[in-house]
Amino acid sequence: MAECHPVGFQWVMEAKARGAKIIHVDPRFTRTSAVSDVFVPIRAGSDIAFLGALVNYVLTHGKEFREYVVAYTNAAAIINEDFKDTEDLDGLFSGFDAEKRAYDHSSWAYQGAEAQSGAGDPSDRTGGQQHRATAQAEQHGSGGATVSAKPDEDPTLEHPRCVFQILKRHYARYTPEMVEEVCGVPAAKFLEVAEAITANSGRDRTTALCYAVGWTQHTVGVQYIRTASILQALLGNIGRPGGGILALRGHASIQGSTDIPTLFNILPGYIPMPHARQHLDLASFVAEDAGRTGFWGNMDSYTVSLLKAWWGEHATAGNDFCFDYLPRLTGDHGTYSTVLRQIEGECKGYFLVGENPAVGSANGKLQRLGLANLDWLVVRDLQMIESATFWRNGPEIETGELRTEEIGTEVFFMPAAAHTEKDGSFTNTQRLLQWHHKAVDPPGDARSDLWFYYHLGKLIRHRLRDSTDPRDLPVQHLTWSYVEEGPLGEPSAESVLAEINGTGPDGPLSAYTQLKNDGSTSCGCWIYCGVRADGVNQAARRKPGRDQTWVAPDWGWAWPANRRIIYNRASADPDGNPWSERKKYIWWDSAAGRWVGADVPDFEPTKPPDFEPEEGARAQDALGGADPFIMQTDGKAWLFAPAGLADGPLPAHYEPLESPYSNPLYAQQVNPTLQRYDHPANPYNGSAFPYVVTTYRLTEHHTAGGMSRTLPYLSELQPEFFCEVSPELAEERGLEHLGWATIITSRSAIEARVMVTRRMKPLRMREQVVHQVGLPYHWGPNGLSIGDAANDILGVAADPNVHIQEAKAATCDIIPGRRPRGQALLDLVAEYRRRG
Amino acid sequence: MTERMGFFTDTSVCIGCKACEVACKTWNDIPADGVDLLGMSYDNTGSLDANTWRHVAFIEQTVQDDTRWLMSSDVCKHCTEAGCLDVCPTGALFRTEFDTVVVQADICNGCGYCVPACPFGVIDRREDDGRAWKCTMCYDRIGDGLMPACATACPTESIQYGPLDELRERADERLAELHSRGQADARLYGHSPDDGVGGAGAFFLLLDEPEVYGLPSNPVVTTRDLPAMWKRAGLAAVAVAAGVAVSFLGRR
Amino acid sequence: MGYYGRPIVKEPVWKVPDVPGYLFLGGMAGASASMALAAQVSGHSELIRPARVAAAVGSLASVGALIHDLGRPERFLNMLRVFKVTSPLSVGSWILAPFSGLTALTVATDLSGRFRWIGSLAGGAAGVLGPAMCTYTSVLLADTAIPAWHNAYPELPFVFAGSAMTSAAGASLLVSPSRPAVRLGLIGSGLELTSTAAMERRVETYRSSKLLTAAKALTVAGAGLSLVRGNRVTAVLAGASYLAAGICTRFGVYRTGTASVKLVSVQSG
Repeated sequence: MAECHPVGFQWVMEAKARGAKIIHVDPRFTRTSAVSDVFVPIRAGSDIAFLGALVNYVLTHGKEFREYVVAYTNAAAIINEDFKDTEDLDGLFSGFDAEKRAYDHSSWAYQGAEAQSGAGDPSDRTGGQQHRATAQAEQHGSGGATVSAKPDEDPTLEHPRCVFQILKRHYARYTPEMVEEVCGVPAAKFLEVAEAITANSGRDRTTALCYAVGWTQHTVGVQYIRTASILQALLGNIGRPGGGILALRGHASIQGSTDIPTLFNILPGYIPMPHARQHLDLASFVAEDAGRTGFWGNMDSYTVSLLKAWWGEHATAGNDFCFDYLPRLTGDHGTYSTVLRQIEGECKGYFLVGENPAVGSANGKLQRLGLANLDWLVVRDLQMIESATFWRNGPEIETGELRTEEIGTEVFFMPAAAHTEKDGSFTNTQRLLQWHHKAVDPPGDARSDLWFYYHLGKLIRHRLRDSTDPRDLPVQHLTWSYVEEGPLGEPSAESVLAEINGTGPDGPLSAYTQLKNDGSTSCGCWIYCGVRADGVNQAARRKPGRDQTWVAPDWGWAWPANRRIIYNRASADPDGNPWSERKKYIWWDSAAGRWVGADVPDFEPTKPPDFEPEEGARAQDALGGADPFIMQTDGKAWLFAPAGLADGPLPAHYEPLESPYSNPLYAQQVNPTLQRYDHPANPYNGSAFPYVVTTYRLTEHHTAGGMSRTLPYLSELQPEFFCEVSPELAEERGLEHLGWATIITSRSAIEARVMVTRRMKPLRMREQVVHQVGLPYHWGPNGLSIGDAANDILGVAADPNVHIQEAKAATCDIIPGRRPRGQALLDLVAEYRRRG
Repeated sequence: MTERMGFFTDTSVCIGCKACEVACKTWNDIPADGVDLLGMSYDNTGSLDANTWRHVAFIEQTVQDDTRWLMSSDVCKHCTEAGCLDVCPTGALFRTEFDTVVVQADICNGCGYCVPACPFGVIDRREDDGRAWKCTMCYDRIGDGLMPACATACPTESIQYGPLDELRERADERLAELHSRGQADARLYGHSPDDGVGGAGAFFLLLDEPEVYGLPSNPVVTTRDLPAMWKRAGLAAVAVAAGVAVSFLGRR
Repeated sequence: MGYYGRPIVKEPVWKVPDVPGYLFLGGMAGASASMALAAQVSGHSELIRPARVAAAVGSLASVGALIHDLGRPERFLNMLRVFKVTSPLSVGSWILAPFSGLTALTVATDLSGRFRWIGSLAGGAAGVLGPAMCTYTSVLLADTAIPAWHNAYPELPFVFAGSAMTSAAGASLLVSPSRPAVRLGLIGSGLELTSTAAMERRVETYRSSKLLTAAKALTVAGAGLSLVRGNRVTAVLAGASYLAAGICTRFGVYRTGTASVKLVSVQSG
């Protein structure tokens, strides 16, 4: 975190100054490790074993926060008799279809309640193939999958089929000794962590977990986070100050780019993108959710308000509020699938905006082959990045795999304005929107993204103004009239924010609870409703922390409803009293008849703790006064996910797709539902690769380098691509400090300067020693600081839920010296492929 | 003169992000040094010099089988008794109203005398223009009530800027706290007015011997011995005069 | 120990041979000016002009070396912007500037034959400044954080004083053998050799300097040769040895100093 998020890390240092113990678990010793109290080196790709063992430690030592667990999680829920765990099936859950490599998750359901997988089609119970095809995990929005009624429960947690007991059995084999064997972490070190975390959780104390793409970029990435969620829910660390699981993102406003999404399968506010065959009209689209319990039960209002924001007066009840105008999904349109379609010639045009896949995405060759097969490519960036110049200096030109004169792609490079050159907002991982004001005009032809798309839209609309083709109606009817400012006609970012915030009959809206399904309100993103309450840009507030309460509600604006900690009802006990004075946050004031505290309560403000929902109630009315997780259909934190995940209701350790080791936990080696991308340019490693390789970032550079390798002050700080190896591995392979090394996989071979450092430690997994090679992935052939791209050696295999590639754990070989050039490079790689 | 201002660099909370280096270069418009992989852990800057006024040192150690990675942002010490200022023949180096030591670029004639005069090896001559450059403690910011660029950019308050007396108190407290937590190797450096440079205006909390960070263990301002030097040189000059005189006394 | 073996103190950025050359030339010029004055006072008229020329040439070349090191002539003027006793370079500039002016004036009047009385006055003043010219450069080096220079400050002025005298004697012997010059050389040699030995006892690193060893040998050779009477060739050889010894001494001290940043630390005074 210090390495990649040094600014955010200041708060960790502040916590440390106030006595917090910092534990860092990482394959390599980083700048974070340097200031942590405990550093735990771990084999890349083994975190579920580590976290699972923490879960096991909590359960076997009775360290769970019992009252919290009983009241706020689904620990007491009883699961279907048909359910079979990995314990019973040696690494598989019940419902696996080996041919489709997918789960039918009907057997995972609660007893006495029906669970559904995705939006729309209650008969669809496949968690795998179908799921992968349309990436339905995101379709559950922020609410998770649907469970339509309360399950049978055993509050004593003794029933053999209750979630709590299933969990106990499932994780029983995740022992400290197993951690030693799988992760290479000594049992004593593991126990030190387990004791620290459990001692620091409960009524008086909370523990927070922070992670970044080291957890997500795996074929089991979602289940990594799930394991962390189970641990935190068992320890009562969710919805409480100092608790939580905090995702640290790669770019500024990555959170914002999923809230107002750049993803193919969701609409603003995590409303699922409708499916071409399942969602023929608005009614069928919202049908399932309209019947839901919890706040997702109001999805019809959110959707109608979104349609009103986009098509304004044209969206009426009579035409389904232009629901037909929305694009539809026909399958997986994720980035890696799109790249394969480019290579196949199906996808002919591409916009790259602030993204440099030729360096920054796994298997750079695959990316470049895709780019080279387009008709046109628009690159909007601050600098001439590798993705705009692949046709003349990409590695495939050197090897002869591509020839410049044969590449037909027409590349349009459009210089972009930096954040200091435009107004706008960033949304950080805390869901906090912070406004930034333009400081200087962009240089030359550089323009903001807003300017680019707005004026591009105007041009297209102008060309289509006289069209009578019905397919052009969605464009003709768009609300496309932002306030233009200055000589360049820069659209006012504030007017976009106003559209996002939404308006009703009385002007700007101030809360999403005001949204209606009758077309009387419009709102561009329901979760952002209120960011411009009273017509004031709340995200631009900068009241210093010293001038307000410690929660600092007057700095920026957090969605939803300016709430700083979500699910904060859980900070009080079921009766509404704070769990402890020390961790007091939101509580029930019975005299006032409302929830009070330092933050905005994440609960209906006057719903009392003892509220019991009526039979058949819908939406939030179906949740009781002690159900804090209000976006879930049952208001509970899910230790066991009866629906919604492609790869199982409980996380299980599987080896990375490329691993030199067999899975000591189960016969099932890898995630049985992982997403493969089979293509000649994307072969997977065989047995010829003895070492673990992991990629990462350095503080000095920004992702694929477009914003740092082009700047002298940053380039000089980390001037060259290097690999980090332990003295032991250096000895084993004859690598010399500051010399050259060639790193090889079945995709490619790259060269890097050698950094021999004790910060890379060989790990001992029982009988064998694990050597790991560390590769910062920032480099490419352009800019002031250049080098081979680490991503060129990675293959593409993805998590089945969210299609995130496994970039954090793979296998490789490493040899001294520079890599061969031209055909010789291809020969070297081919030789390794032949070996297996 | 206003209050003496200074830096307290608490290396125990430094995360080695180098934001201080970049902020310093950006604000002061310092030329880039060029791309050169040094292999000194994550330090590719090397040392303070004419074009580097903040330098983050990275020291990898093995302490009882555990890895330790020390990071420390070094800077001009703005000595109470500043050798560079003393030996400057032109008056280009001067003491400001904040009791900091600053080079006036328009007066410096590039004689380079300050370079070997600094016991910390801070000040340096720029190759292209031949003049001496070093940290100004952002003289052009602090006069307007702003913090120096490095302290402003530091995310973890490893670099603290303020009235020196306050910083010294804060440092004493921090040291006591670290000692009470069992961090016995924590120590202050450049904090005592009794040291060889009369105390530094920029002092440090270190976690190991100063030499480990590339700092002299017992820096002394060279001009402390200057009166004695002049005396010896005077005697020697008399010896020359006497020698010449005696040579001409005897036979032709 | 240390930070990747990097020296703490920066090596001087001065140019070589400019600065060690400046040290040598200044010393030779200073002692020569005093010699010219002494010759004038004691009536050794044949020794006056060569000594004056040596002083003028030495000091002007020394100014030239300094200016070359600074890069631009006008930068030398900045040296005279203030007078700072804490800066040996400032003090030195205030010695060097008038000294070089006075010696130049002296030689100009002497050679042109006009305003000789002014030349004599100027030569006298230069002769008085001469000893300071010889030794201030030792403070210039010692007043730094360079360990071998700073730590040698008690002996360094005498090394330079002795060396300056032998250099002046050497310059004189080159032109014409004379007893005063021989005596001056012997006195200088004695002073240089004894004070160098004392300096080496204090700062060991000088012992390994080949240049200083050569300087000692050349000094001894110069002294020996100067004692051969009535031989023009040996006198010239003696003079050349002395001058070479002076150059070796300055370069030896300079080089040992710059190398010492890697080896030794400054001791508290």
